[in-house]
Amino acid sequence: MRLTCTVNGSPQQVDDVWEGESLLYVLRERMGLPGSKNACEQGECGSCTVYLDGTPVCSCLVAAGQAEGREIGTVEGMATEESLHPVQQAFLDAGAVQCGFCTPGLLVATDDLVTRSLAAGAPPEDAEIREALAGNLCRCTGYEKILDAVKLAAQRMAAR
Amino acid sequence: MSAPARTPAGAPGHLTGPAGGGIGTDAQRPDGTLKVRGEFAYGSDLWMEDMLWGVTLRSPHPYARIRSIDVGPALAVPGVHAVLTSDDVPGAKAYGLELADQPVLAVDVVRYQGEPVALVAADHPETARAAAARIVVDYEVWEPVTDAIAALGHPRWNAVHEDDAEVTELSRESAHLHPEGNLVRHLKVRTGDPSPTADVVVVNTYEVGMQDQAFLGPESGLAVPAEDGGVELYVATQWLHVDQRQICSALGLPPEQVRLTLAGVGGAFGGREDLSMHVHACLLALRTGRPVKMSYNREESFFGHVHRHPATMRYEHGATRDGDLVYVKAEIYFDGGAYASSTPAVVGNGGTMGIGPYVVPNVHVDCYGAYTNNPPCGAMRGFGSVQTAFAYESQMDALAAALGMDPVELRCRNAMEQGSTAITGQVIDSPAPVVELLRRLEAMPMPDAAPDDLRHMPGGVSNTTHGEGVRRGVGYAVSYKNVAFSEGFDDYSTARVRLEVVGGEPVATVHTAAAEVGQGLVTVEQQIARTELGVDRVVVHPKDTQVGSAGSTSASRQTYVTGGAVKAACEAVRGQVLARAAELTGRPVGELRLFDGAVVGEGLELPLAEVLGDDAVEETLEWRHRPTEAIDPETGQGFAHVQYAFSAHRAVVDVDTELGLVKVVEMACTQDVGKAINPQAVIGQIQGGTAQGLGLAVMEEILIRDGKVQNPSFTDYLIPTILDMPPMRIEVLEYADPHAPYGLRGVGEAPNISSGPAVLAAIRQATGLPLTRVPVRPEHLTGT
Repeated sequence: MRLTCTVNGSPQQVDDVWEGESLLYVLRERMGLPGSKNACEQGECGSCTVYLDGTPVCSCLVAAGQAEGREIGTVEGMATEESLHPVQQAFLDAGAVQCGFCTPGLLVATDDLVTRSLAAGAPPEDAEIREALAGNLCRCTGYEKILDAVKLAAQRMAAR
Repeated sequence: MSAPARTPAGAPGHLTGPAGGGIGTDAQRPDGTLKVRGEFAYGSDLWMEDMLWGVTLRSPHPYARIRSIDVGPALAVPGVHAVLTSDDVPGAKAYGLELADQPVLAVDVVRYQGEPVALVAADHPETARAAAARIVVDYEVWEPVTDAIAALGHPRWNAVHEDDAEVTELSRESAHLHPEGNLVRHLKVRTGDPSPTADVVVVNTYEVGMQDQAFLGPESGLAVPAEDGGVELYVATQWLHVDQRQICSALGLPPEQVRLTLAGVGGAFGGREDLSMHVHACLLALRTGRPVKMSYNREESFFGHVHRHPATMRYEHGATRDGDLVYVKAEIYFDGGAYASSTPAVVGNGGTMGIGPYVVPNVHVDCYGAYTNNPPCGAMRGFGSVQTAFAYESQMDALAAALGMDPVELRCRNAMEQGSTAITGQVIDSPAPVVELLRRLEAMPMPDAAPDDLRHMPGGVSNTTHGEGVRRGVGYAVSYKNVAFSEGFDDYSTARVRLEVVGGEPVATVHTAAAEVGQGLVTVEQQIARTELGVDRVVVHPKDTQVGSAGSTSASRQTYVTGGAVKAACEAVRGQVLARAAELTGRPVGELRLFDGAVVGEGLELPLAEVLGDDAVEETLEWRHRPTEAIDPETGQGFAHVQYAFSAHRAVVDVDTELGLVKVVEMACTQDVGKAINPQAVIGQIQGGTAQGLGLAVMEEILIRDGKVQNPSFTDYLIPTILDMPPMRIEVLEYADPHAPYGLRGVGEAPNISSGPAVLAAIRQATGLPLTRVPVRPEHLTGT
């Protein structure tokens, strides 16, 4: 089948997509966007988290056909050529990146959380952060520096 | 040496990253920006235009004879390019880290569920999977051997504890799985009086379940056939050269024709020390003449790597009424599963460090590794020490209770210190601040009582309690772990360092084969080069087999050993540069040093550009830590270990005693790291190691029934989430080890060892239950 959608603001069209393929597979193997990760491919780890029409989803659980005509945002779309997104910079500054396999999914989930929280008027508190990121597994960091990174990102994004 | 015909998308490049930051600073990772941009390529991200996908057909049975294999139906599937079995393995049919006993593809018999039987390469991964399902394997299913003690033919517990356990008459449950029998290794430690007596004695048996490394990046890589008949393999792994040796043996090719490059690694924790898809992808690539990518999904990953050995342990501790340890007797069984992997070395650690960081005059340890038809077990962070720490630290608590003593007091009273003799007869010849680690933990403030907020209660927003039935407990544990390879292993690393001036700016390039798996070794390599060569810009060359072995990224050893090699290579480069400068300036070498891109001396600042011109100064050398020696096979005595790492934890838990739910409220950790080369990364290791220890204490276990894995998914095998991990208090001590580069100590494993036993102790204190098995499950707490 043919799939037409928008990825990180650019229109995309791919042919010969097998109906059983996930959005994650299409992004990684057919669109040359391997930034979204494939740690479990069953919706448990969050490493494949992308925006689908502005809502974070596990792209491994989205059938490619369900993305038809929709807008997708991946980790590759967060930074500009010149500078990192504040969430990306905060993860680096806080030391929240070790192996980095969970990072792309966490960056998208964090961006969503912080954006929503700030729109509601306040940076997220610890308990909210833990609840929001409970679907993103990390095996390296023990999560402490991820919490630090989220708070740092929220502080910087609030100041903008 | 021929260059690869083509380079895949995702092949690693040189890493530069932010300039600046010598040792002792929080220098940033050179791969960090790539990782947050989603541009860092892991093994599973490798891609080539005409690549095929390889998949593995695995045995559904833990023990069976293969009567026949019919690959015809798979070959008939359109899009399939090759189907291979053990007949297609041109070289040695078996491989292994320590013993070559594991078939590349099953030969006649399968010995565990998930053993690779056949391979398929096709143009789409689903085509390959569908074709693999059509391979017809006729199995004669046998009854599996599933208990390590029974596999050895030992009685459940050795009745006369002083004697070696004897193998009794072989029964079905102890049928020989390998020609030499089911014993992989038996380690003995014997010191002092063989028949000691004591005022107070505690005896208990303990069990530790099978833990999975659960690294997030799946086993993956890409094999590219080369024009010289060899193969280029890009792979996520822990030790390129030991992989190369085993791949060469299986392919029947010389090392010049099997060239490995490290692809991006999404965590390892020991699970990548053994081969997974390495040989398989090479076989398929050489057969088809096409690049072949293999990338396991999560279910296959659970079958595709070794796990932490489950252990069954019986401990007897004797002490005086005042609390001085008189003796320890321990019988330790590690279930090695179907193949040896690193079981001999795990037994080595389990036995030689099996009583913890305590001074005990009379010791009798028997530590066994056994073959069974369970999944093969091998390296995982903590490597034999994690299991025994649950037992010996539980024993210290049990003994303290029997003596009516405070558990921390009992530990401090018997703690090792510098100058103490370990049970191997080795004198601890560098700082061993066990008492200080514990006292500092005790002095830390305790967390507040649980706030009246569901989210902080056991069960969380599941709304299972509002505080009724919730009890708080506090537990302490301390542990130690050998750093680097032990027992006489020639443990070295190789570093190539080049210094040159590029575009007017001095640049150092560091080339080692040491696997970066997420821990930050690439940062450490840069920091050492900056400090030793006085330059800001340091480039990390891709990790490959074009330079000599760095040894394994395991055993907390790379900062020590590859760090030592990089330091030594830098010193050799510096020696050459300063000799040139001495010639140019007429100053003695001893008055010159490298600083901020220049050769400096009193009243002298000579830019490196003027010393080097267009020349590059390069040195390649091997570096070894001081040698260790094999232990005596009858007594376990010998200089077995080069260095020890010490850490201690305090855990605070809230337990819902009605439902058996545990909420870890806080973890506190103290660790001596000798010298923190990168303090931020050290903290990251402590936090991450603590999480994995907590996981084993309360949730992580591969459940095996009749040799079959019951929970090969992240739905059913649970690892700690951000909701499970509490805040941590951490104090890092820096007591230099005079034998190590910069005085540093390996960091990664120790906190993984002391964390779980502290959590277990805290749950025990909260509930008053003996709790002799981890992970602790709700039914252990409620008795239901």
